[in-house]
Amino acid sequence: MSISNDAGPSALAGIRVIELSHERSCFAAKLLADMGADVITVEPPAGSPTRHYEPFVGDVPDSDRSLYWWHYNTSKRGMTLDLESERGRELFLELAASADFLIEAEDPGRMEALGLDYPDLARQKPDLIVASITPFGRDTEKPDAQSTDLTVLAGGGPVWSCGYDDHSLPPVRGGGNQGYQTACHYAVMSLLTALLYRDLSGEGQHIDVSMHAAANVTTEMASYCWLVKESTVQRQTGRHAMDTATMPVQRRCADGRYVTTGMPPRTPKENTGLHRWLVDLGLEDQLPEAIFLQRGAEKAAIDFSLIGEDDETTAIVAAGREALALIADHVSAYEFFIGAQEIGLAIGIIYAPEEMIDDPHFRQRGFACEIEHPELGRTVTYPGAPYRFEKSPWRISRRAPRLGEHDGEILAELGIDAEGLAALRRDGVIV
Amino acid sequence: MARALGHFRICDFTGQLAGAGATKWLSAFGAEVIRIEDPVRQGMWDVLRPMPPFVDERRGVDFGGGFNNHNTDKRGITLNLRTERGKELLAEIVKRSDVVSENFAYGVLDRWGFGYERLKQLRPDIIYVSNCGFGHTGPYKMYKTWGPIVQALSGITFTSGLPEHEPAGWGYSYMDHTGGYYMAIAILLALVHRNRTGEGQWVDMACTESGATLNGPAQLDYSVNGRTLRREGSPNSNRNEWPAMAPHGIYPARGDDEWVAISVRDDADWRRFGGVVKEDWTNAQRFAERAARLTAQDEIDALLGAWSCERGKFEVERDLQAAGVPAAAVQKPQERIDRDPETARRGLWPTVHHSKMGDVRVDGMPVHLSKTSWAIDTGGPCLGEHTDSVLAELLDLSQPELDELRAEGVI
Repeated sequence: MSISNDAGPSALAGIRVIELSHERSCFAAKLLADMGADVITVEPPAGSPTRHYEPFVGDVPDSDRSLYWWHYNTSKRGMTLDLESERGRELFLELAASADFLIEAEDPGRMEALGLDYPDLARQKPDLIVASITPFGRDTEKPDAQSTDLTVLAGGGPVWSCGYDDHSLPPVRGGGNQGYQTACHYAVMSLLTALLYRDLSGEGQHIDVSMHAAANVTTEMASYCWLVKESTVQRQTGRHAMDTATMPVQRRCADGRYVTTGMPPRTPKENTGLHRWLVDLGLEDQLPEAIFLQRGAEKAAIDFSLIGEDDETTAIVAAGREALALIADHVSAYEFFIGAQEIGLAIGIIYAPEEMIDDPHFRQRGFACEIEHPELGRTVTYPGAPYRFEKSPWRISRRAPRLGEHDGEILAELGIDAEGLAALRRDGVIV
Repeated sequence: MARALGHFRICDFTGQLAGAGATKWLSAFGAEVIRIEDPVRQGMWDVLRPMPPFVDERRGVDFGGGFNNHNTDKRGITLNLRTERGKELLAEIVKRSDVVSENFAYGVLDRWGFGYERLKQLRPDIIYVSNCGFGHTGPYKMYKTWGPIVQALSGITFTSGLPEHEPAGWGYSYMDHTGGYYMAIAILLALVHRNRTGEGQWVDMACTESGATLNGPAQLDYSVNGRTLRREGSPNSNRNEWPAMAPHGIYPARGDDEWVAISVRDDADWRRFGGVVKEDWTNAQRFAERAARLTAQDEIDALLGAWSCERGKFEVERDLQAAGVPAAAVQKPQERIDRDPETARRGLWPTVHHSKMGDVRVDGMPVHLSKTSWAIDTGGPCLGEHTDSVLAELLDLSQPELDELRAEGVI
């Protein structure tokens, strides 16, 4: 059975979320919006700074053409409010009173200075659940510290583990805002946990997410090798940072692209398959050691712990590695990936993000989705669902809002008529 | 403190980090997570059970440091599902559970006779969450994966690297962590939906697709502008294209393999940065504007590296931060775990008691909830550690019955 993404109401239908628009929180609010929550992202009248982040449609900078904004604000409604004005803050409190969740990522102290911090919000709506996402948490000793995704991942641990065998090269920060996104995953886990508690108790609460802490507990062995036995992992090209050196796993194929390989063939089926693949490609003659693959095909599964001790085992494993290396020199990365997996070897092609979208498996599963952009008169392809719900689907319900797009609609829901709207616009409270 | 999820029970088949990480979150907030393990294969469908690191010279399925880290506060039972009696007991546990979670390869639970249709018969509002590499449909559904392969296919290995070098990728299974986060979110969402509608459901995850949700702007740049990330000079993930900043990177500091990350976000940052660095080039008119600095990144990076390599990484961080410029030392595990007040104050590394390993520190949770925060107290379960207590409490089995099951090899 397969699960499509178009049945029934979404899991968070009926949940209202107010997000104070910020680069640190936009992904958390997107995750909720794509699950059906009514998310209103609140921007200053000049627009969120992230509207001016590259890349732009056609490379033309414009507050409604940022693809960064488009991606991180799907399924949301957008409105502007000047929180520096008293009227803006009043309206924000009214909005918050209508909400189930409020998400903000301001530097510590700013919400308090505005009179919009958790105690202010909870006083008028005790069952509101508020999440604050900050670089070091609300209880930090350095509330003024400045951060970017890079500094979060450098100070928080991930960077130490990533890079190359050659340590004269700097360690590497993985791309794509992963420091922000990890903190946002934790924010969403926390909000949903708090919602389940509210279902039971009727109580709201305040969630304090530290991005630095989130990075710290997202480093796998780097942390627990230290915690368990005070040993320090060292970075290695394309594979786990370890406290002992391991064999390289990435291989460049004939088309210049790379694959990541794992263990060489171990079972008779794998050795048989690899030998046949070599023969099919006409490469058997180039590898005298291929004879050992046939030997491997006749044996029970190989015990890797005997490498270096048992001569035959050592020769079979070495022949497996040599055969894979030889094949990689003669086929494309995609052919290598498919060929290896078909004989049961866990091997992956290293795709660029755009190549994954075009892969036949993900196309057949319908991963990417087409979203209407009425202002362009066409649809745009977006990355799709991280999970498939049988009954309460993930769905991008609309493209990201244009600046001030829903000001009138949302203020009308708060009971403000056309005249009031015009006054707010005139006073610069909204755009 | 109240436990937010204390009223939920999870029948948990997960292993490794991609699955066990999800249910660790649930147990930290009070859910009763019961790990079901195979007595015949010594619980080895979680391969981390006997894997390093180890606290001392002892080895075996009860001594894996990673397993302990990912399975805190869970209960562990053994059930031989090759036996009819084992299947009957599992059916009884499923009837009493809110969620069944697993991250086996395609089709494993089905082969044991516990596919989704059967789970629904046992409990109509059951929530079933499966998480495998390629999902349960499509041409690659039988293909094998683990963290680094998931990362490779989803595009996030490629997006970590320096130009003119092969991909650097991730020095750990980032997608095991993140697959676990998505799986926890999926379970919580399904519980929210059940609270509102009374309906259970199946949630299926393909971890490769979960990974591919983490590169949105790059994918849109391709689908809208036709620009690929695979092009000359790209990617350079220590730089920042979106938004474009310069200088932005990881620079050498004094000492062996010591580095510091610096982000100059805009022209105002550049002026503050110049006030700290005070070199001729930081005052040069030709670098005053962002566009010019972006064009001259190689040159500026070389100048900045020559400045930073004579200074301590924490000193650079302190001085630039004092001026309001984002900077952070690349911290080693010891520095961020034992010497960093920002992790210590949050209690980020709780000590758990493990029945055989003793007291061990583990990863905590990076959040605080004001009314229902997390608690992590007990280490991962030894194989079958809670078999008797769980079966007695949950299914009312007596000691003679348990002895008989043990004699028959069911538990």
